[in-house]
Amino acid sequence: MKMHRSEIIWLTISFGMLLGFMLITGYQTFALGMGPPSNQETIDPQKVDQTAPFDNPGLKKVGEKEYEAVMTMQIFSFNPNEIEIPAGSTVHFTLTSKDVVHGFQVVGTNINAMVPPGYIQKISQKFDKPGEYLVLCNEYCGAGHQAMTMKIIVK
Amino acid sequence: MSKLSTVVDRRDAKLSMAHLYVGYVAVLIGAIAGLLQTFVRSGAITLPAGIGYYQLLTAHGILLALVFTTYFIVGFLYAGMSRTMGRFYDLPYRLGWLGFIIMTAGTVLTTIMVLLNEGTVLYTFYAPLKASPWFYIGLTLFIVGSWVAGFGMFRQYFIWRRVNKGKLSPLFSFMAIMTMVLWLVATLGVAVSVIFQFIPWSFGWVDTINVLLSRTLFWYFGHPLVYFWLLPAYIAWYVVIPKIIGGKIFSDSLARLSFVLFLLFSIPVGFHHQLLESGISPFWKYIQVVLTFMVIIPSLMTAFSLFAMFELSGREKGARGLFGWVKKLPWGDARFFAPFMGMLIFIPAGTGGIINASNQLNQMVHNTLWVTGHFHLTVASTVALTFFGISYWLIPHLTGRTLTKRMNLFANIQTILWTVGMFFMSGAMHTVGLFGAPRRTAYTTYGDHPDALGWIPYEVTMAVGGTILFIAVLLLMYIVVNLAFFAPKGVEEFPIGEVAEAAERTPAVLENWRLWIAVSACLILLAYTIPVIDMLEHSPPGSTGFKLW
Repeated sequence: MKMHRSEIIWLTISFGMLLGFMLITGYQTFALGMGPPSNQETIDPQKVDQTAPFDNPGLKKVGEKEYEAVMTMQIFSFNPNEIEIPAGSTVHFTLTSKDVVHGFQVVGTNINAMVPPGYIQKISQKFDKPGEYLVLCNEYCGAGHQAMTMKIIVK
Repeated sequence: MSKLSTVVDRRDAKLSMAHLYVGYVAVLIGAIAGLLQTFVRSGAITLPAGIGYYQLLTAHGILLALVFTTYFIVGFLYAGMSRTMGRFYDLPYRLGWLGFIIMTAGTVLTTIMVLLNEGTVLYTFYAPLKASPWFYIGLTLFIVGSWVAGFGMFRQYFIWRRVNKGKLSPLFSFMAIMTMVLWLVATLGVAVSVIFQFIPWSFGWVDTINVLLSRTLFWYFGHPLVYFWLLPAYIAWYVVIPKIIGGKIFSDSLARLSFVLFLLFSIPVGFHHQLLESGISPFWKYIQVVLTFMVIIPSLMTAFSLFAMFELSGREKGARGLFGWVKKLPWGDARFFAPFMGMLIFIPAGTGGIINASNQLNQMVHNTLWVTGHFHLTVASTVALTFFGISYWLIPHLTGRTLTKRMNLFANIQTILWTVGMFFMSGAMHTVGLFGAPRRTAYTTYGDHPDALGWIPYEVTMAVGGTILFIAVLLLMYIVVNLAFFAPKGVEEFPIGEVAEAAERTPAVLENWRLWIAVSACLILLAYTIPVIDMLEHSPPGSTGFKLW
């Protein structure tokens, strides 16, 4: 099957670009650790309240300007529903769902993760700019989905 | 067989029209739901009589993304196969009607469940939200019906090949078969999930469901689904448009090759819808990201072929200069203009798709309104405008009528209204999605948070665009009804292009189905075996069902 010369040029250039995209996304994912959130730990979704660390959700200081936020998500709320941290802090979120699939998104940051029941999801973010960050569930979870929100206050 | 007629057989035409009627009724109901959604989302109205926003959204998704597309596609492919291979033999013809009946029973059952508010789980029906078992049974019937229709086409193709030994099959029919093979392989995933997971669970025969597995099986189907919508549009672009503009098909073999590549690469890519999910390793996500990039190639080939065809036909008509051929295109002909706007819109639409698939970049846009904006450009503009453009000649062809100058004018106005409405709606969705506004969410200000308040002007723009689109749908309904029942009697052409003389002979290997289906199966096994085994071995206790609406 012979191709037209200009088609070969067209496909070579565009495939070259695609190859570039593959290499860049691969480099960022594996060399720089910037891959999408993919934590593999599991949990019994019926026993979240009895399972550590979700038996005691909340914000814990784990180092200098470093925190772990252990949170449960359930219709139609987050627990805790507000956390406060000093500017420049890094927060490691540890999340799970007590019922259906929820989404964890912090507006104005790169935080965006799916939280299906049965899994513990993890995602980290450094908060440099002070302000009141809007957190919302971005996966349809029922009639009150649009009310599922919390705040992160950075001082 | 006698000499091939250029008019679809009357009996086959009725079968095809039956599909188009159901498809266009679905468009009208789905569009009403869509219009109301944009009003609710922008805070302009609240719904009366206990109708929920998410109920409308479920109806909108099912009626437009599944019902309209599938009925239109089956109707179009049956008509095109009858036109290019001849009148359907008895068995394939009867399978066509049997498929139609099963599909319609399923559609009616699922629609009733949605209207009764027993299936407000959106068209993706993610577990552990649990609908009535009849919602899932309706969906199963719908899929099985489409398979039966597909078997009818396979049978027709098989008989034709036996009768015409050694002959190259007509390009249209080859592409139709490829589309239905792709559909069959893809729907296996969702069928397994619905039959073995959702139905026993929703009846209460088992207590729990494996959520991640159900989502994986859904997206195994969910991405090739979008190619199932796109391929019939490509058939029109490759085979029909050249005839309408007075040109020739650029290359038969490259057209077939691009369809083979779609079968190979459109299926093992479902993880790019699950990039942000826990429980799937970053390595396997990345493998499927790479395969996703591969499926862009046949679309790039298609773009080249089309514009090469436009330029060659323009130059044949005496066009000069670098872009002189643009003026030679039949801009006033709705059969060309509507699909052409679809092609043009596919440039930003495809670019957005590459962004969505780009692994960590997906984190910026996942589940925001950006994604909704994206597929309103792809399926709701590129595919929809092409399907409308096909309808403008297909409906009168099948009903023995003609496309009048007046209807042609209305069809062009429809195309412009659609493009303008979508520019506002999808443009606003893309923009506000980047600011973080979530998709699939009713009106909310999140306790008057300033970020969320800032989204409202964009949501109002969405409603303005949605209103223009709704007017376009009403105009479309007028045209469709006119062409089906009132247009003057006559013979409207079913345009089928011829291959350019300079093009080479098509290699027989492109029609080696065993080979391509085997390669496709290998790629699917490569992309899914290990992560799915992993999912099963390390699965958490299952989830019980929830009805939260």
